[in-house]
Amino acid sequence: MTKLLEVENLHARIAGGRDILKGISLSVGAGEVHAIMGPNGAGKSTLSAVLAAKPGYDVTAGSISYGGADIADMAADERARKGIFLAFQYPVEIPGVNNTYFLRASVNAIRRERGEPDLDASQFLKLVKKKMSLLDIKDDLLKRAVNVGFSGGEKKRNEIFQMAMLEPKLAILDETDSGLDIDALRAVSDGVNKLRDPNRAIVMITHYQRLLDYIEPDFVHVLANGRIVASGDKSFARELEKTGYAHLERAA
Amino acid sequence: MSAHLETIGEIASGSGDRYKYGFVTDIESDTAPPGLSEDTVRFISAKKQEPKWLLEWRLKAYRRWQNMKQPDWGKLNIAPIDYQGATYYSAPKTAEGPKSLDEVDPEILKVYEKLGIPLGERAALAGVAVDAVFDSVSVATTFRSTLAAQGIIFCSFGEAVREHPELVQKYLGTVVPRGDNFFSTLNSAVFSDGSFAYIPPGVRCPMELSTYFRINQAKSGQFERTLLIADEGAYVSYLEGCTAPRRDENQLHAAVVELVALAGAEIKYSTVQNWYPGDANGAGGIYNFVTKRGICRGDGSKISWTQVETGSAITWKYPSCILEGDNSVGEFYSVAVTANHQQADTGTKMIHLGRNSKSTIISKGISAGHGQNTYRGAVKIMPGADGARNYTQCDSLLIGKTCGAHAIPYIDTRSPSARVEHEATASTISDEQLFYCLQRGLTPEESVSIIVNGFCKEVLKELPMEFAVEAQKLLVVSLEGSVG
Repeated sequence: MTKLLEVENLHARIAGGRDILKGISLSVGAGEVHAIMGPNGAGKSTLSAVLAAKPGYDVTAGSISYGGADIADMAADERARKGIFLAFQYPVEIPGVNNTYFLRASVNAIRRERGEPDLDASQFLKLVKKKMSLLDIKDDLLKRAVNVGFSGGEKKRNEIFQMAMLEPKLAILDETDSGLDIDALRAVSDGVNKLRDPNRAIVMITHYQRLLDYIEPDFVHVLANGRIVASGDKSFARELEKTGYAHLERAA
Repeated sequence: MSAHLETIGEIASGSGDRYKYGFVTDIESDTAPPGLSEDTVRFISAKKQEPKWLLEWRLKAYRRWQNMKQPDWGKLNIAPIDYQGATYYSAPKTAEGPKSLDEVDPEILKVYEKLGIPLGERAALAGVAVDAVFDSVSVATTFRSTLAAQGIIFCSFGEAVREHPELVQKYLGTVVPRGDNFFSTLNSAVFSDGSFAYIPPGVRCPMELSTYFRINQAKSGQFERTLLIADEGAYVSYLEGCTAPRRDENQLHAAVVELVALAGAEIKYSTVQNWYPGDANGAGGIYNFVTKRGICRGDGSKISWTQVETGSAITWKYPSCILEGDNSVGEFYSVAVTANHQQADTGTKMIHLGRNSKSTIISKGISAGHGQNTYRGAVKIMPGADGARNYTQCDSLLIGKTCGAHAIPYIDTRSPSARVEHEATASTISDEQLFYCLQRGLTPEESVSIIVNGFCKEVLKELPMEFAVEAQKLLVVSLEGSVG
């Protein structure tokens, strides 16, 4: 059976630049949590951008298939509606746009794609309440403009809250742990753990080993110089903890 | 409420054809011969069976206008206007003015239906009394009797001249003098109709008063004149909407609006301007050269202008407040959109005369395509306006690389105790913002719409709710295709 996400020999670049991804292959099944680790400049953020079809990036070779279909030509918004979610490393501020309003527009866009009717205000509010209690989110966050004046921790929590609301099939967490103090990291990780689901795949991209102490991955990959240079299961993560990945990087 | 929502539905459903109001209606018109002379002025005045004083008033304006020059200080590129080639009076042909809705030409009613404007008693649901101006004359005024029960007068300008001459004579030209500026003076000479409202002392107008303007006739200018008076302690909220057919040549719209607020009175004046903006190459469209001014004549009075300007090839207007009364308040909330080749030079003047008078200016300019958007504002604190305060916030949003945004604030304070604040920002819709919205499943159009509406929020929230929804949709339609 094909996996939910199949990346094969993927080469990609920022439009006009040189290849940053130089042949990545990755296979992620539903219910699995994959950690992709690597140093700065390895291509981690490029990988998340390309998986989400961020404009300005070109795929120069290889393929990405999602749910058994090639999505090379699928635009960012369509991928999102089909269940690919990206938790941003730097969530973007949208002044004047109420966080709840934004989230409802998003939820309904995705529901429409699934052939489900829009949620009206009261149905939506019920869903919000449910997910808020799951993730321990304060409701003043929902009354403010999208990410405007949020602390670093609040922004990341808001991303995970959006993930909870949108119920993606594939969630890509781009350096979700960066810039968080230990309490915020614990809160965000708890949220992610609660969202682990047999029908959901999670790819978390991180620079730091410590995230794996909070979210235990099923598989770990080391990304260096645009390629995956080593992969393994849970035990590999523990091994990495001891040896670090600098030697793998050198080998690449 | 439902009636206004029909308008919204119509706008929302339009996709391919961007300007939804570009249709022309074939209606028999009673039209003055093209050209402008004293005879034209006499023709208009005679058509309207005006009293002699008003004819004289017009003629004085006309004579003054002849010695005036079209100003060129705006940051605008205006093709020469052939004042002799235009038609200054065009009225749908009926023997007499309509006495009730039943007498209005069904073709005209159909036009308003197409526009989604509730003329019939359906409007009851909307709580809106509508005066509709078609080319030059006022076609129908709904809800007159309901309003009359409270002593509120709401009728066409022409009717006010006939039935309430004392009020018209008392207030006409007291805020925008007959010879104020080139375009207002032209209006004073040839204005054809418009709306008139008077709210008696202490009365809170129970519904929004609303005027829809429509230019139908080719080569005709529209010169309407609106006069609103809120007597002591009265309150009124007034809405104004505009559309015009799609035509290749430019058409002139030179209106004058005068507002008078006596002690303790409040006037809220909201405009959603959607005149035909011209095509994508900048051909055609309305020249919207309008003089709007209000005076807070009494202590504690308040005038609030809110405008959403999405249409017109060129917009040149500065809804202003003269804050004469002590503790009077002037407000100006504006969103101006220029896409394609549209140009706007718009803003406000706040003239502080009264002690502790306060003014607030919130201006949001959005430029896309080759649009040029200028905020021009003057805050004047006169000697004696002790403790006067102004706060101005002027934000520009640029979409694309070929548009322009400009801000030209003038501040002149002559009272040492005055406090004036000015804040300005210029920003673009960033790729990061767009991608964030896309990644949450919104289409590119929805993404731009949500970002733009967020940018305009402080202004849109000042509009009555049905109007705000309509304005939001209009913003989206105006900017369609601006982000590639």
